[in-house]
Amino acid sequence: MNPNSLVSIADIDKEQILGLLERARYFEEHPNSRMLDGKVVATLFFEPSTRTRLSFETAVNRLGGRVIGFSDPGTSSSSKGETLKDTIKMVSNYADLIVMRHYLEGAARYATEVTDVPVINAGDGANQHPSQTMLDLYSIYKTQGRITDLTVTMVGDLKYGRTVHSLLMALKYFRPRFNFVAAPELAMPAEYEEFCRREGIPFTKTTDFSPEIIADSDIIYMTRVQRERFTDPMEYERVKDRYTLHNAMLDVSKPNCRVLHPLPRVNEIDVDVDDNPKAYYFEQARNGLYARQAIITRALGIDPLNVEK
Amino acid sequence: MTSPKTELAVAALRNGTVIDHIPSEAVFAVVKILGLESATTAVTIGCRLQSAKLGTKGIIKVADVEYDADTLNRIALIAPNAVLNIIRDYEVVEKRPVRLPDVVEGIVRCDNPKCITNHEPMRTRFDVVERDPVVIRCRYCNHSVCGADARIK
Repeated sequence: MNPNSLVSIADIDKEQILGLLERARYFEEHPNSRMLDGKVVATLFFEPSTRTRLSFETAVNRLGGRVIGFSDPGTSSSSKGETLKDTIKMVSNYADLIVMRHYLEGAARYATEVTDVPVINAGDGANQHPSQTMLDLYSIYKTQGRITDLTVTMVGDLKYGRTVHSLLMALKYFRPRFNFVAAPELAMPAEYEEFCRREGIPFTKTTDFSPEIIADSDIIYMTRVQRERFTDPMEYERVKDRYTLHNAMLDVSKPNCRVLHPLPRVNEIDVDVDDNPKAYYFEQARNGLYARQAIITRALGIDPLNVEK
Repeated sequence: MTSPKTELAVAALRNGTVIDHIPSEAVFAVVKILGLESATTAVTIGCRLQSAKLGTKGIIKVADVEYDADTLNRIALIAPNAVLNIIRDYEVVEKRPVRLPDVVEGIVRCDNPKCITNHEPMRTRFDVVERDPVVIRCRYCNHSVCGADARIK
């Protein structure tokens, strides 16, 4: 097990999160370098995810490293019945770092146990996706100029959305306030409400995406409401538009308010919001590059502030 | 004239281990965890015996074997109130309750069909996150399950 691996955002503490945010800021100013010169990074995508893979591979390429790997499990030996352990062991002979995405939950944790090469989890089923959380945190930090004492409103699918759960847990160090806005079917699970109570984090929960809630928010974190999450299709039709953000709704919002979304979006943010300066979801995705450069260099034990540029 | 010994439903043991106060429904899971199907000495299994504490209880006696604490603590998940008696020459030389370890390894199957542990040849590992009632959480996929509902491998 390599201690620089990153499997879950819960594995790193406040100092490490702040360190990664500082690194991400550095990489935003200096995205191109030779820091990874001579390094080989394996991107193992046992489940296709073009967006995440391109972001990681761009991060490596812009730092001068090389990428090996596969983007489709059909082309890897796992399709021949090779165990994950054997694949990881094999790749560990070649690569300095493994970035992996897997459709099974806990796959990345297990991978860290069978290799000494650092492993970055790029998503394991519905479980963890820490680089997404880091890019969300960096987007909040960047747009607000701080990460402490902010009111974050989470809207949409709060039940199954792993990004909101990870973000909620990572923000516990930074005195947040939360508003949870969701249909009863997709409400924040009790364990996360309990988490907030235990950590002394104030929150409200409502089914109404109201002007008062919008006016109260520093960050509005929208998520996709998926039809397949509803047992009753009529219920989906009834609620889907109640959690759609339209441009006019932002009239009451604070000047510093920003709208985030992990993407892909479907209809939960109307396209008329896109040109509003408060719409931040496209820049948010670009921050993923810097956040991943930060995570990659940390995993390889490279300090960007102390290497020859 | 002696009164009939109704409470002695199972023969006394000369040397070995007696596990008492097992919930009746957990007896055969305990048999499985301890691997008693392949025991080479005498094993007595009692089930649904009268018990003042539990209503009915199970009891398991294994002749000529003294288990180490780690092995026996594995049953604490499903038999949290079980009591162990080490017997030597018909005397109880040690009596103690089982204690659930902080980590439960290799005996519980994760309920989550998408958990890596159900797809790779590997040991399961659960962290005990609550003790009363027992709740364990999969180290890999983070799914939690109550101790009483845990599926024994």
